[in-house]
Amino acid sequence: MDTEKVLALFGSDLAVVNVGLASFARDLRRAGGTAIEVDWRPPAGGDPALLEALEACLGPDGAVRADIAAATRQSLERLLAAKPVVTGIGTALEVVPGMRKNLVLHAGPPVEWARMSGPTRGAVMGGLVYEGLAKTPEEAARLAASGSVEFSPCHHHAAVGPMAGVVTASMPVWILENQAFGNRSYATLNEGLGKVLRYGAYDAEVIERLRWMERVLAPALSAALAAHGPLDVRSLIAQALQMGDEVHNRNRAATSLLIRTLAPHLVRATPAAEDLVAVLRFLDGNDHFFLNLSMAASKCSLDPTTGIPRSTLISAMARNGTDFGIQVAGLPGRWFTAPAPMVEGLYLPGFTAADAAPDIGDSVITETAGLGGMAMAAAPAIVQFVGGSAGQAVAFTRRMYGITLAEHPAYKIPVLDFRGTATGIDLLKVVESGVVPVVNTGIAHKEPGVGMVGAGLVKPPFACFRDALLAFAGTLAKPAGPPA
Amino acid sequence: MAALVLVRRDSYHDSVLLMRISQGLKALADVEDAVVAMGTPQNRELLGALGYGGPELSAARPNDLVIAVKGGAGAAAVVETELARLLAAEAPAAADTEARPTSLAAAVQAHPEANLVLISVPGEHAAREARRALGLGRHVMLFSDNVTLADEIALKQEARRRGLLLMGPDCGTAILDGRPLGFANAVRRGPIGIVGAAGTGIQEVTSLVHRLGCGVSQAIGTGGRDLSEEVGGLMTLFGIEALAADPGTQVLVVISKPPAAAVAHRVIAALGATPKPCVVHFVGSESRAADERHRIVYADSLADAAEAACRLSGAPDLPPAYPGPEPTHVAQLAARLPADVELRGLFCGGTTGQEALALLGRSRLAVRSNLHKHGPLRVEGTEAAARERPSPHLLLDLGDDVFTRGRPHPMIEPALRNERLEAEMSGAGARLLLFDCVLGYGAHPDPAGVLAAGLERARALAGARPVVAIASVTGTSDDPQDWHAQVRRLEAAGVTVEADNRAAASLAAAVLVRAAAAAASGRPR
Repeated sequence: MDTEKVLALFGSDLAVVNVGLASFARDLRRAGGTAIEVDWRPPAGGDPALLEALEACLGPDGAVRADIAAATRQSLERLLAAKPVVTGIGTALEVVPGMRKNLVLHAGPPVEWARMSGPTRGAVMGGLVYEGLAKTPEEAARLAASGSVEFSPCHHHAAVGPMAGVVTASMPVWILENQAFGNRSYATLNEGLGKVLRYGAYDAEVIERLRWMERVLAPALSAALAAHGPLDVRSLIAQALQMGDEVHNRNRAATSLLIRTLAPHLVRATPAAEDLVAVLRFLDGNDHFFLNLSMAASKCSLDPTTGIPRSTLISAMARNGTDFGIQVAGLPGRWFTAPAPMVEGLYLPGFTAADAAPDIGDSVITETAGLGGMAMAAAPAIVQFVGGSAGQAVAFTRRMYGITLAEHPAYKIPVLDFRGTATGIDLLKVVESGVVPVVNTGIAHKEPGVGMVGAGLVKPPFACFRDALLAFAGTLAKPAGPPA
Repeated sequence: MAALVLVRRDSYHDSVLLMRISQGLKALADVEDAVVAMGTPQNRELLGALGYGGPELSAARPNDLVIAVKGGAGAAAVVETELARLLAAEAPAAADTEARPTSLAAAVQAHPEANLVLISVPGEHAAREARRALGLGRHVMLFSDNVTLADEIALKQEARRRGLLLMGPDCGTAILDGRPLGFANAVRRGPIGIVGAAGTGIQEVTSLVHRLGCGVSQAIGTGGRDLSEEVGGLMTLFGIEALAADPGTQVLVVISKPPAAAVAHRVIAALGATPKPCVVHFVGSESRAADERHRIVYADSLADAAEAACRLSGAPDLPPAYPGPEPTHVAQLAARLPADVELRGLFCGGTTGQEALALLGRSRLAVRSNLHKHGPLRVEGTEAAARERPSPHLLLDLGDDVFTRGRPHPMIEPALRNERLEAEMSGAGARLLLFDCVLGYGAHPDPAGVLAAGLERARALAGARPVVAIASVTGTSDDPQDWHAQVRRLEAAGVTVEADNRAAASLAAAVLVRAAAAAASGRPR
């Protein structure tokens, strides 16, 4: 028998991982030893069926089965290799796959009008008025309920939308391309904070702003982009992370970098001085302008990860104010949903938790791609939303390394000694640890027509991950399909 | 009085902490009963038996914290406030918790230098974590009990295949590289290597080795079932082989409860194959012998094993062989007791209790005990009243599952023993009390103080009836509780403190025999 490893243990400093009673770790330290504590809780929430599903994914040695590990690794490698660039701006009807005049795209998993949340309804109503399909919000609501308007998730059209995420045919959209794989993604231009369509507001001011964006902002940006050439979003994000952004709930640095990059081209491309001033003022006044780019970049980085059988990478997370849904790379096209949770956070003056809609928006695609909450350590200012300490921002990200597969090679966090952000959420790790991704997000008013009321942190419902793993384990029972 | 159940979702705490906290909550004013526990099926059943119920309780899940309270109108509020205070005091800083790895795999990934995993999670999850640890190439100490025999065998076979230690399940004690793991004492490093299938047995031997001026290279626990027919001594044999190859170990000691015959044979053969001198003690075995050809000494007690090991390691200034209890001391104590004196041995350690029972048995004393596996002297320990027949004498291992269900082990919270002590004072007659008192890491910070307080109440209950108390303290002066201080504490409470468990039990046996003999010879009192 081979005693080599035991003798090595005798001969080296004892470093003990303590799983269970905290007093053992304390005593070991008191006696001069090294203890690494695991924040243990019953795996799979102590749910026997789920535990069985988890075990089905593991080999006899307790490690993830080789075929699952290989498939997931392939998904992850695609995510890390992604190279998202902005190639231009187009009109949704012309560029977004499957877009039609009477189609309204929305954030999150599929939802019909009857179940739509207040902010989503408000944004749909505003969108229909904006399109000229209805004259008043009331008429728009009747139209939406009549069944003559079709609804579809942005995610089903290679697009993503923040908050309500409503995209209609005439809206200008960013066009991004993942240069590593050739796939594209789309997102609208960000309208700013407060009373805006994506938070469910739809009054005349909101519609007027959308029309101005279509008429003035989009052409100016489009011309500037044409002059600049493809814009490397990955590089912008990498820089912004080192300037205090996590590019979900804080986009101040990234927006500034974007303006700086495009400014000379904007000046050249915008003949009317008044328009140029208005464009620059608008960009300067909207700290979240970059958000839609970081979302679209995340989307086009994640799309190639899907369709690899047996991959347990989480390829999408999204909410529509009614449901929270996730998708798994190895189970393409399927949503696993649970009621959208409430956001814990701080409210704008005059609003309280009683005004809040449940969690909403596609922006959680950033966390799915290793940004947002997964990169929170890069953005200590974010914790002001939850009244926490800067140390908590670091702790949140550190905790996320436990449920992710890699540290992003380009997205680095200075305060963690340039560790990469926690990237590639693994379904198995989430279910085993019971730790769900941490998400930074805005809060919309629960009634249509009001807008933003606050911002904070939200936890995705564990039930989504539970159902996904049960479904995933169900596919393992069948004989393996043809290789991908 | 109302019974109220509150449930806090997704708020996991370890069971020992909660059991300790429950004890404290019960003492609050206005509170008749209070239990905080995780919402596992077992705990829900337990709470149901205690008269709690309702939809919240039935819906509680293993990750939910259940707070059950009986008492006056204000009881729930009082309990909640105190619970919040106690949990906050135990919780690490918020930032620290958030940063802690949430799984074994994540911990090992973040700390590749980790070489051993200490597992003390509830039994139904323990095998899984152990399998994972072995898969990650780490040695394992499995403190958890309630691991199935099939899992134990599979884990130990996997460990052997990988050349890793799998100490346990139900392994309470180990010392590696001088570091205490689980319940262990602060002992000097030295040439004596120990493999033990008996937790307090390892504690007693390592502590005595230290107090004899010697030291311990490694102490490997194997779990109580290792030397059963089914497990076949997988880890004991591996431990022997490792210590035989370890340059820091000069003398090997094997301690266990009596093993299966075929397994004992294999263990002896393995010891005989090493060139190093060996000491074997199977707790309860009476024979003291030496096998010169194989350099094996068979000790007849834990203390004897410690002394033999020190002698074989060449330690100077060792005391002469134990001569038995001092006759004048025996006579003195016996003189204070009537012939119908009843023994009450209340033990926190399983092995110390078993050794005491065996030593009493050597004096032909019949003692009822839950440590008897069967036979007329077997008791469960939970019988409503102490039965007089077939023997007035009783010795209990209070660490037995029947006593610790939903409560901390008496080594962690010795108040359990005081409750029993109080109950054992009921009825007529004098009492000879025999205790162990186990110190070290993991144990209560002041077990002697708790015992002294219990003894004071016991004497008050006894009134004019004579009470004699004998104990030994397992531990060293380097332990957090300090052996000397604990001995003094017991002596101040009127306890006769002997040097070790063997001496304490032998003295108790001699005193009982002497008291009975004196009565038979008609000595006046």
